[in-house]
Amino acid sequence: MTAAYDIIVAGAGPGGSWAAKAAAENGMSVLMLEKDREVGIPVRCAEGVSVQGLELAAGSVDARWIAATITGARFVAPNGTVIDAYPDDRGYILHRRIFDSDLAERAVQAGARLQTNAFVCGLLLEGGRVCGVRCRCGGRTLDLKARIVIGADGTESRVGRWAGLDTRLPPALMESCVQKTLTGIDVDPGRVEFHLGTMIAPGGYAWVFPKNAHTANVGLGITGEFAAARKPADYLDHFIETRFPGASVLAAVAGGVPVGPPLSRLTGDGIMLVGDAARQANPLTGGGIVNAMIAGRIAGETAARAVRKGRLTRHALSAYEKEWEKTEGRQCRFSYRIKQVVDAFSDEELNRTAELLAAVPPERRSAFQIFRAALVRHPKLILQAAKIFT
Amino acid sequence: MIDVLLEFCDFCGTCVGVCPTDAITLEQVQLHIDSELCAGCGDCVDICPVGALERQA
Repeated sequence: MTAAYDIIVAGAGPGGSWAAKAAAENGMSVLMLEKDREVGIPVRCAEGVSVQGLELAAGSVDARWIAATITGARFVAPNGTVIDAYPDDRGYILHRRIFDSDLAERAVQAGARLQTNAFVCGLLLEGGRVCGVRCRCGGRTLDLKARIVIGADGTESRVGRWAGLDTRLPPALMESCVQKTLTGIDVDPGRVEFHLGTMIAPGGYAWVFPKNAHTANVGLGITGEFAAARKPADYLDHFIETRFPGASVLAAVAGGVPVGPPLSRLTGDGIMLVGDAARQANPLTGGGIVNAMIAGRIAGETAARAVRKGRLTRHALSAYEKEWEKTEGRQCRFSYRIKQVVDAFSDEELNRTAELLAAVPPERRSAFQIFRAALVRHPKLILQAAKIFT
Repeated sequence: MIDVLLEFCDFCGTCVGVCPTDAITLEQVQLHIDSELCAGCGDCVDICPVGALERQA
């Protein structure tokens, strides 16, 4: 590794790789550092993504990334009432280990340099301005200079905090998640399931995301105030014993998903944040792959422009914040308001709403129809909906 | 003030994201809490998905 780059990216997930790729395509010398031994492993993800979103973010979709194509979603209310929906947009369940590795390869193809087993343990600062990273790699500690550092270091991000950006989330705005990849089970490979209720996942939901007809990612997330009383791992064991007794476990992971409102500051002098590090996942669904890639691309392009102009200040880099807010940031803000409303529902209200929706024919259960049916028949929801749109 | 039970830890970093004093360092399969920085608030204990953190008695 040489000691100086235009751009250093901390973290080689989808956000980091797409930032590195965009910056390299715009003529920058780029180094991407990954703390783990292998890009894409461990997979801390339910691996679900919308087809439209992935096409928008990735440009083209490689068939090797796709485990299953999703055409339907099943929602299960606390009392067991089932609502099947067939949204206009399809979904994919990815093979994240292949996907992440491919995205990193594309960044390298574009001209970026990648180093695994390289842990960013600090920032180099010059008069309050970020000018590089301190990195532990192969038993050595290296100081690496950069004009701009892009922090794509995930939920556990510290890069932003070292630069003075407040990215800490209170426990109530973090979903504490566990997931087991189960095999030896029977699932519909074209349908995802969401299970709601305080007995299953208070402040969140449980998911069943099929990878094929006999294997699925089965997990759940609950917010911090509930995780204090009973651990997600215990909730998940109970869910699996009930729903998939006798299943075998291919993999088990834990992880945190940020579900707060979008941060207003994602940049500082010489520093930018993308993906989970920037708390850019959709707060309602917890989905973060597409958002991270879109943010990564914008950040990489903005960084390249800033370096070319020799203007590395927060002011120059804030063009990224503005473009993010105009595209996905606004959607995240809207989703956060919906989440606040949904979280306020009691189990009884969820049951009543599900029973009302069960009366709408499945082919008419578009998001709008579901919303309209719920509004007409559930007066309390009108008040809460008003909060969403104001 | 906080004990790490490494045999339960998945090294997922959820605790790092909520720590108000930036006292936790996660590096591959090592988790370290800096006792000088730790305020003992227990947010990390609460958020841990697998019960790998404990308040010291």
